[in-house]
Amino acid sequence: MNNQEIQRIVSSVMAEINKKAPLGANGNTSTGEVPDISQIGNPLNVPDPENRGAYEDMMNATSARIGVWRAGTRPLTQTMLKFRADHAVAQDAVMSYADEAIINRLGFIQLESKVADKDEYLTRPDLGRVLSDESIAKMKAEATPGAQIQIVVGDGLSAKAIDSNIEDVFSSCKAGLEAKGYNLGKDIFVKNARVGIVNCIGEILKPELILLFIGERPGLGTAESMSAYLTYQPVAATVEADRTMISNIHKGGIPPVEAGAQIVSLVEKILTQKTSGLDLEL
Amino acid sequence: MRLSTKLFGHAHQFRDVKDVLAKANEEKSGDTLAGIAAQSVEERVAAKAVLSQMTLEDLYNNPVIPYERDEVTRIIIDDVNKTIFDEIKNWTVEALREYILDLDVTGADIRRISRGLTSEMVAAVCKLMSNMDLVLAAQKLRVTAHCRTTIGEEGRLAVRLQPNHPTDDVDGILASLREGITYGIGDAVIGINPVEDNPVGTKRLLDAVEEYMLKYDLPAQSCVLSHVTTQMKAIEDGAHTGLIFQSIAGTEAANTAFGIEGKTIADARALMLERGMAEGPNVNYFETGQGSELSSEAHDGADQVTLEARCYGFAKRFQPFLVNTVVGFIGPEYLYDGKQVARAGLEDHFMGKLTGVPMGVDVCYTNHMKADQNDLEDLAVLLTTAGCNYFMGVPMGDDIMLNYQTSSYHDIASLRAISNTRPLAEFECWMEKYGFMEDGKLTKKAGDASSIM
Repeated sequence: MNNQEIQRIVSSVMAEINKKAPLGANGNTSTGEVPDISQIGNPLNVPDPENRGAYEDMMNATSARIGVWRAGTRPLTQTMLKFRADHAVAQDAVMSYADEAIINRLGFIQLESKVADKDEYLTRPDLGRVLSDESIAKMKAEATPGAQIQIVVGDGLSAKAIDSNIEDVFSSCKAGLEAKGYNLGKDIFVKNARVGIVNCIGEILKPELILLFIGERPGLGTAESMSAYLTYQPVAATVEADRTMISNIHKGGIPPVEAGAQIVSLVEKILTQKTSGLDLEL
Repeated sequence: MRLSTKLFGHAHQFRDVKDVLAKANEEKSGDTLAGIAAQSVEERVAAKAVLSQMTLEDLYNNPVIPYERDEVTRIIIDDVNKTIFDEIKNWTVEALREYILDLDVTGADIRRISRGLTSEMVAAVCKLMSNMDLVLAAQKLRVTAHCRTTIGEEGRLAVRLQPNHPTDDVDGILASLREGITYGIGDAVIGINPVEDNPVGTKRLLDAVEEYMLKYDLPAQSCVLSHVTTQMKAIEDGAHTGLIFQSIAGTEAANTAFGIEGKTIADARALMLERGMAEGPNVNYFETGQGSELSSEAHDGADQVTLEARCYGFAKRFQPFLVNTVVGFIGPEYLYDGKQVARAGLEDHFMGKLTGVPMGVDVCYTNHMKADQNDLEDLAVLLTTAGCNYFMGVPMGDDIMLNYQTSSYHDIASLRAISNTRPLAEFECWMEKYGFMEDGKLTKKAGDASSIM
């Protein structure tokens, strides 16, 4: 029995119950744990649709929250709670910091932008694009100047995206780059970073290419999406159009191991053509 | 013109009109980011005090960007009715505020005065208004427009159906569309934000929506919100659209960043009047939002409220059917939290109506803002009370293509119930005919998309 058939049976049983009981009175009141609402999925809640098959086809054609039905003019309680849960994931991710165990395990040089805290991070993108004075000194002392490829990781708008993907993406990407014989600088992690931090680092270390991994703005129910930005010889004047980007790196999008392989091939193109961004021929 | 005052004995000196306008704003993260905000609450109030004593002529003579070097300024100034301006040019901003709030002054009176205002004056009076002032004043002002439906009439609350899909999949778009119309969504426009911006894709989506609308004789206007020049190309290739869309800004430089100038919009309007699907005469659809000029580094040191007012001044020339501010979309560096978004929403709505454009609001938030569903609902209720022409309608408020949250089908149905308003007349008739509404109330059939395949 596939999921659709199960859902169809559940919906028709629920419709029967709904005819007898007021909305919301069909909850499970037995003992044990309340079911995990994040796992509800998107059931067809319209109690007696004119064409159930057509409805299911429509719901398969979109991830929009349709077929949800209503309590008067308001959403049903479980639909509303699922929405709130999905937003909660996103809100928490924005305010979180990367898992220190992972950052320590990967042996990064750990730096910070000029941003003091998450509130300032959100309101002052300009400060997220420059390293603090202490971090500049630390980078000058510990990092590799003039490397062919400098990898930088920043938390961005979702540290959870880094926690979820960075080890997997490193496993394929770094191995691939090393196998091609590229010379890599010592990896850098920047707390409270914006994409423009690449320009600040580029000005000082002068690598040929900076590969930045950064957490994307979370969506509803998904805070794991990470982007990679590749910039050839970044300097202060580098603009967004000068960067090549891969977005949507997460297990439900471009899986991180696969993204790592794609990045290796992009690096080759960039270093061969000596440019990135709009000028790069893909 | 006086540019200084004392507050509790402390001297406050302002550089020029532009500086006063910026510092008189309620707190906005965007003005702070631009480095033009008041440095203290006291300075903010001092700026408001100085602004209250400026005359409308002072503001007329000091647009935030000079006439000679900005097309938006020229459009605003050129469109002022000089007879009406002469009647009111000696008023202070204080007098304008109190005129608008006077119980004996009607909406029609204010609409007349409005023809003598520049956007700087509209913004200035807004800065002297509290949130409740903004609700009360906007409620007086009705701005109607007609495309295929008539928007803005008393007792009606309209909504854009926004059935977006992350891959522009027609079946997915129609699924959201069908469910929406059963809730009474789509009377303002059925408007799709496309992923791919090209004439072929735009025409493909317009054709699909047109086919569905013809099947059920749905009284609405369609729109695909690609770039205006893309839509024009699609129309020339035979696409039928009810409205033509473009994002606009309050400076020439920001409009250049959007790839438009006044002539582009005038050409689009002319093409629509010749080839559009609806009778009009109002065939343009514009979107705006505080902070968009700063985000393209084209703000010229002006504050985001004044620049927003200038968007409406620009829009007015083209007699649009819809103008809406996408108030919570831009991010926390411009509007930090629910409080700032609510203030901006009320300001924009009031300023749009005072300018004389039919104003709607995309009441929304992104996931990196300090705002949530309750903030959105609060503002939607406030704006409904203020007589907002229309909102957005998205399944459960979750836009799966633009990745932000806005008002939902349920929210619109609820706002209509709260305010005892109905869909636009033509659309309400249609809902009655298909059994989704009776006497302004949703029927048991409403919410079942499979009943209108």
